Amino acid sequence: MSRRRDAVVRRGLRHIGRAVREQPRMFSLALLASSLYGAMTVASAYVIGEITDRVLLPAFDEGATTATALTLAAVAILGVALLKIVGILGRRLFAGVMSYRLQAEYRRRVTGQYLRLPLSWHQRHPTGQLLSNANSDVESAWFFVAPLPFACGALVMIAITSVALVLTDPLLAVVGLVVFPLVFAANIVYSQVMSPRMQRAQQLRAEVSEIAHESFDAALVVKTLGREDTETERFTARAEELRDGLIAVGRVRGLFDPLMEALPNLGTLAVLLIGANRVADGAADAGDLVSIAYLFTLLALPIRAIGWVLADLPRALAGFDRVTPVLEATGETPYGPDAATAAAGGAGIGVRDVGFTFDGVSRPTLREVTFDVAAGSTVAVVGPTGSGKSTLAGLLVRLVDPAGGGVLLDGVDLRRLREGELSASAAFVAQSAFLFDDTVRGNVTLGAPFSDDDVMAALRVAAADEFVTALPEGLDTRVGERGASLSGGQRQRLALARAVVRRPRLLVLDDATSAVDPAVEARILDALRGSETPTTVVVVAYRQATIALADEVVWLADGRAVARGTHAELIDRVPGYAALVRAYSQAEVAA
Amino acid sequence: MTGPAQRTEGAMATLRRGLRMMPEFRRGLPVTFALALVATAGRVVVPVAVQQVIDRGLAAPDGADLGLVTWLIAGCAVVVVLTAVAVYRMNVRLFRTTETALANLRARAFRHVHDLSVLHQQGERRGSLVSRVTSDVDQLSVFMQWGGVLGLVSVGQLLVATVVMFVYSWQLTLLVLVCFVPLVFAVRWFAQRLVRVYGVVRERVGDVLAAVAESVVGAPTVRAYGVRGRTAARLDAAIDRHYRAQVEAQKVTAAVFVSGEFVAALANAAVVVVGVLLGLAGDISAGTLVAFLFLVTLFVAPVQTASEVLNEAQNAVAGFRRVLDVVDTEPDVRDPAVAAPDRVRALPGGPLGVRFDAVTFRYAPGARAALDGVDLTIAPRTRVAIVGETGSGKTTFAKLVTRLMDPVAGRVLLGSDAGGWVPLADVAFASLRARVVMVPQDGFLFDATVAENVRYGRPGMTDADVVAAFDDLGLGGWLAGLPDGVTTAVGQRGESLSAGERQLVAVARAYVADPDLLVLDEATSAVDPATEQRLTRALDTLTAGRTTLTIAHRLSTAERADEVLVVDAGHVVQRGTHAELVDAEGPYARLHASWRRSSAGEPEPVG
Repeated sequence: MSRRRDAVVRRGLRHIGRAVREQPRMFSLALLASSLYGAMTVASAYVIGEITDRVLLPAFDEGATTATALTLAAVAILGVALLKIVGILGRRLFAGVMSYRLQAEYRRRVTGQYLRLPLSWHQRHPTGQLLSNANSDVESAWFFVAPLPFACGALVMIAITSVALVLTDPLLAVVGLVVFPLVFAANIVYSQVMSPRMQRAQQLRAEVSEIAHESFDAALVVKTLGREDTETERFTARAEELRDGLIAVGRVRGLFDPLMEALPNLGTLAVLLIGANRVADGAADAGDLVSIAYLFTLLALPIRAIGWVLADLPRALAGFDRVTPVLEATGETPYGPDAATAAAGGAGIGVRDVGFTFDGVSRPTLREVTFDVAAGSTVAVVGPTGSGKSTLAGLLVRLVDPAGGGVLLDGVDLRRLREGELSASAAFVAQSAFLFDDTVRGNVTLGAPFSDDDVMAALRVAAADEFVTALPEGLDTRVGERGASLSGGQRQRLALARAVVRRPRLLVLDDATSAVDPAVEARILDALRGSETPTTVVVVAYRQATIALADEVVWLADGRAVARGTHAELIDRVPGYAALVRAYSQAEVAA
Repeated sequence: MTGPAQRTEGAMATLRRGLRMMPEFRRGLPVTFALALVATAGRVVVPVAVQQVIDRGLAAPDGADLGLVTWLIAGCAVVVVLTAVAVYRMNVRLFRTTETALANLRARAFRHVHDLSVLHQQGERRGSLVSRVTSDVDQLSVFMQWGGVLGLVSVGQLLVATVVMFVYSWQLTLLVLVCFVPLVFAVRWFAQRLVRVYGVVRERVGDVLAAVAESVVGAPTVRAYGVRGRTAARLDAAIDRHYRAQVEAQKVTAAVFVSGEFVAALANAAVVVVGVLLGLAGDISAGTLVAFLFLVTLFVAPVQTASEVLNEAQNAVAGFRRVLDVVDTEPDVRDPAVAAPDRVRALPGGPLGVRFDAVTFRYAPGARAALDGVDLTIAPRTRVAIVGETGSGKTTFAKLVTRLMDPVAGRVLLGSDAGGWVPLADVAFASLRARVVMVPQDGFLFDATVAENVRYGRPGMTDADVVAAFDDLGLGGWLAGLPDGVTTAVGQRGESLSAGERQLVAVARAYVADPDLLVLDEATSAVDPATEQRLTRALDTLTAGRTTLTIAHRLSTAERADEVLVVDAGHVVQRGTHAELVDAEGPYARLHASWRRSSAGEPEPVG
């Protein structure tokens, strides 16, 4: 236990060091400002003490004062306050900038990795985890940085105060040297008692949320079986655990807060008691006493900043630990030196002995798959669920690389192509259409210089022109996050237009037409194949109607390309194919 | 949601509405307030001690009275300790009452959400409903405790400090108040700016979340179209805008903070100058003057924190309002056993028939009628398939029969000619849910074992009962093939099973519920042929001897039904057996021909 605690402290210090190394300039500036703040806080106490000694007490003793003395006193108070304000402003701004820059910088690095790492890496990590890595984890990793300079400034303040105390009166120094470590120790104990409780509360929060998600998703089942009460009991039980967890957190915090207030107050009282004796003995003067008492009341808050940093470190480390694997992940997609053969028209595809196995899965998804797609032809890939169709589609556009064998584009292995060559020749439309939070136009062109006429023509082919024209701002309409303002079918048609507008030499459709009318599907394929230089099309198909559009069918079963031929041939020859196609078509009379 | 959509009530109105809903919270409040007042009293002890030590100890006319000083300080120390105890008690009370009240509010909102039809009608809004019982309440809890403690202590501190100051010197008190009055206005102004800048920050956070999601969810598209640079640039821009907004907000916060420091210094300088002059006039003592310098520091913190509390309060109140709006929304379908117990009627025993009596339904007022004056009777024990195009109104049937919604006109009745017909609206939910069961299209499974999921249909069954049920349905072999048989965990939302297998468990769940009327929303997802066969067999067993209403997505289902209802544009346009309808001229014959064509492998006619 204590060793683990030490480890956390050591790792915490290293993490602080990391933050400082990443932002040395901001940290120095913030530290400088904090030190100014610290020094001025001490100074303000001394000013009060000096004023007591030199202005107040003489005035009250002698019954007279000078305008100069009063002006000087006022100027001293205001001058020190102004410097202190400069310190506060600098501390808050530079510390804020430091913390925000670290967050932004790490968010950039993490998302940079997301864009750089191969899709096989993405497939190994749940979406929710990747999202929170880039968002909440990065945030918690650097959250402690905001009070860090304040805490460092507090250390400076304590150092100055200790020296001043010793110089003023050694006996008063003893009081300070007892109170400061006590406050510090209380902070450490607090963060250690608190962090497991906080973690538990956080865990319970997640569980409560999970139950709510599950239960609301199951609404139809819950309601139609009349299980609302048992669901509420299930939820309430966890919500009450959360309540108890939060009350446990509250107890600790509720004790710590008044303790933190009482300790400096008791210190002040001790200073007064000892000080009064010392003043009576003539060992100190009243001004010293007042300034030290005043200082104690000012010190309480900065010392707590040390506690804030310490309390937040375990969370910061946990967040950083979750981010690190992303930053350290390797496995960039290597690109080759070759250009694609610049022939116009459809590309010839060769799939040679391709094998593919997902990480953590023992059985290969694809095994020794070999087939050719002639330039300009259309091939449908058909197979039962889990036969590896989508994986194969992804291999053709190099979303992933095969474990064995290779995929050739016009005889060149995809891995030998330069970056950007393949995406310039091939287009891919996935099962669930992905739209960017951009305009309709931006989603079709993806930044490439297509004219509006080209875009409209592509939309027409994808049967998207009508609804786009009806949108409030036509091509300039923003589609919202992931196309939220559009229906599933509309999203799919935009994704198809995105592929069509590029006039790709190879088009790979991974069940991308499920939400569009078969007639539209036929029109899209006709438009691409009907030109003098027809596009090569590989389509993962579920629908009878889609299969019917293909020149040939590749029948995939259990990761192998088992048979190949026209639809009619396979119906006769392959019983599994016939059964599957029939099952699909029964499902499809979208009644 | 049909609830009050755009409520523009003030923050106080929301708080009052909330307090009415949380009596346990209100009950504890007076004692907590009293403790808060005691707690803040302790804060003026130190300044008072300073004054006493100077005036009666050090600057006393006849020399320092150290005995008195010792007693004074001991007394003050006791007060400090008592104060700490009071603060602790207050904190614990506050935490306990708020958490208890909020846990109850959470549970209440959760139960209420299940009564709202929005849950099953607008699936996309489920996420926001989840945040009603999670983050909105969490935010409220944080605010009530942080803001609540701070607010109570701050107000108390200001009050007590002002009173003590008045006792010492009314002139100096006025002086200090004059210095702080402008700050109060400044804080109000700052608070508005804070709300604005933090509003921008939240908006930018949303943009960053969206942009990050693109790089994760859109990864295949980004890769396939080679638009990494463009996506990275957009991400960078979003991250940068967020950063700028944060810095901007930080500037405002810092400004609030230092304005307090500045005013405090101003007040101190004024107190010294005016205090000395007053002292010369003999109005105050040296100790009083020094005590004032201490008391001024008590003024700074509450004013500084007030601006931050105000900002937090705006968010918390907005969240509170969202929660209360959910709880205050009247459920559109109410259980007569709760709403009107004297109207409740019992359903006749045995298989139940269905009767629609001029039933009209609209999803929104003024919208096209999803069902338009439908009259029909389905005899007990009949297996009926309902077919029609998407949007024809066929799923509306299922929702009305299970009373997920009520018709806007007309009545739905259950029963039989022999046992009598009972309006659905008069049937207690408990009896309705026991007799009428629906198997939804997506047979949702909970993150539990197969057995527990089936038991959801009839609590109290043993695992052996569940196995027997699977055997009855002809699914014993499939069950035995699972890694842990009936105790196999199905994973989140049943994702360890295939879509077809999830449907098998859902059928078993309905089977053990043993309903007299069964409503099936048939799955459309393509399942592999083996599962397809199992499912068909299990459904045959499940529907045998029961009145069954199947929303048919496959015409093979219609072929096996006793009767087929063809729905089009809210009307039942054809009714009869499959054989009769195929031969008759009409929509069914057309649907069927299209289905046959695609089964035979011919392309759909283009155009």
